[in-house]
Amino acid sequence: MRHLPTILSHEVRMLLVSPSTYVASVLFLLVMGVFFVGILDSYSAAPREISPACVFLQLFWVPVFFMVPLLTMKCLAEERRQGTIETLLTTPVTTTEIVLGKYGAAYLLYLLLWGSTGGFFYILHRFANDARFLDLGPLFGGYLFVALSGLLFIAVGVFASSLSRNQAVAGILAFTMLLLLIAGVRYLADVQALQADALQPVKAAVDYAQVFNHLDDFTRGIVDTRQILFYVSGTVLMLLFSILSVEAKLLHS
Amino acid sequence: MPESTAPAIAVSHLVKTYAGVTAVNDISFTVARGEILGFLGPNGAGKSTTMRILTGYLPATSGHAHVCGVPVATRGDEVKRLVGYMPENNPLPEDMRVSEYLYYRGRLKEMTRRKLGPRLDEVLEVCDLKRVRHRIIGKLSKGYRQRVGIAEAILAEPPVIIMDEPTIGLDPHQILIVRDLIASLRGRMTLIISSHILPEIEVTCDRVLIINSGRVVAQGTPAELRREILGHSSYELELAGDPDALAPVLATAEPSLQIAQVGAPDAHGFRAVRLTTPRDEELGETLMRALAADSRFRLRALSRSHPTLEDVFLAATRRSWDVVDKKAKEEGRMQNGESEPPKHP
Repeated sequence: MRHLPTILSHEVRMLLVSPSTYVASVLFLLVMGVFFVGILDSYSAAPREISPACVFLQLFWVPVFFMVPLLTMKCLAEERRQGTIETLLTTPVTTTEIVLGKYGAAYLLYLLLWGSTGGFFYILHRFANDARFLDLGPLFGGYLFVALSGLLFIAVGVFASSLSRNQAVAGILAFTMLLLLIAGVRYLADVQALQADALQPVKAAVDYAQVFNHLDDFTRGIVDTRQILFYVSGTVLMLLFSILSVEAKLLHS
Repeated sequence: MPESTAPAIAVSHLVKTYAGVTAVNDISFTVARGEILGFLGPNGAGKSTTMRILTGYLPATSGHAHVCGVPVATRGDEVKRLVGYMPENNPLPEDMRVSEYLYYRGRLKEMTRRKLGPRLDEVLEVCDLKRVRHRIIGKLSKGYRQRVGIAEAILAEPPVIIMDEPTIGLDPHQILIVRDLIASLRGRMTLIISSHILPEIEVTCDRVLIINSGRVVAQGTPAELRREILGHSSYELELAGDPDALAPVLATAEPSLQIAQVGAPDAHGFRAVRLTTPRDEELGETLMRALAADSRFRLRALSRSHPTLEDVFLAATRRSWDVVDKKAKEEGRMQNGESEPPKHP
């Protein structure tokens, strides 16, 4: 693991000098800003029960679907396409270090992007001067959820990138996997066939993996270790698969 | 074998198959420390695959490979510290600056920051990259990119350097620079270079290994290979006179001389004649005296032709396996006595 800091700092540096990072960040902030303004508009029209932070963070899936594939599709696919993975793997660096380094850099950037949306709440607090708008509990819970679920989402993206040497394919693959994870599981929960008694364990598993329910719990201030375990174990699994995928591609290259 | 005295590279019975295709088929060879070995072979002969196995990037299907006495298969991590490798097509990241890239690679190769700074300057100087050190690699010309790859391979001063076609795509001036660079490493590091440019190999390498279809066809110094593969010396004459009368004259001068080829006469009645002999000594003077003494012939030119490595290469890759096997069996060993004869399945 002694090469991990070298690779991580290199990857972060490469992300920071790349123009695509800035384009993506601007678009992300633009989209999230529009949402935020829309939410504030609806709040000014009629009073609501829940805080604007909850409504805002409930839209977390929009940037996840688009930002995560954009951030991660390049990381391993590009190395393989350019052939630089060969020079990388002929230094005393392990596959684990490479995958973790790239994953770490993408995750840090993801956190940075989400962290910058905290500015919206600061502006709201500064200019509205209304404590009701800024409920710190749901805000911290929500951001904690974003940070935790980001672990898994980015890992899914890295895994998709390890499967193909084509960036576009990796990106679409990541989008599809995230769609299945977030929307597909939610849809499954409502499927009639699963309501039967015999399928109770399946139903329980599907309910356990409901990303939207996790968000609700977190914004309500419930930090459930089972949910933390869900994201952490999913992340570990995805990263293991990525490492295996990179190594398997070498064996069969 | 102790690691300090082991040969730089020892490969025995190496086999690599990809999905049913045998890329490397029972290759054995050794490279002594400080030696420069040239790897020759047509496309798809297994050169790159052998090199990749030696760097620990690809696992071999069977056989053994040792770098400085360290087995590649079981102690790949150590081998990677001993080898500087420049892959085929020289892949480089497009969006990094030259010095930035070399610094990053140096850190990955476990060089300390204090050592890396001066070494970086030295390598940039040696590879003539000083002027472009702050340029972005993606915008460099092919020659510069190639030199960045070479600089990267020698950066950590590993005992063994493996370069897959380092001079491909370079102009003659740059080839000279690379040649000097390789010459400056002679004795200090062990080099394996693969190339299609045969004169290049002939000038820079101590020993040549010719492989074809995954097997070693021939190995030895360029001079040994000429003798072994072509098996004869040849003389080019320009001669006026009756070619039919030539044979008896030659027989009296030197019985082993054979007429290989007789050309058509030119405007002055001279024709090009090629003679071959299995003998190795210089026969030019004997030949010239014999022909000058005979009034039927007028001799205009005589030269001993030096077969290039190209001839050797073409002859070696064309030879059928049976010839190689028969010859190896007769001799009981290949030219250098360092490796075993190729086995025929």
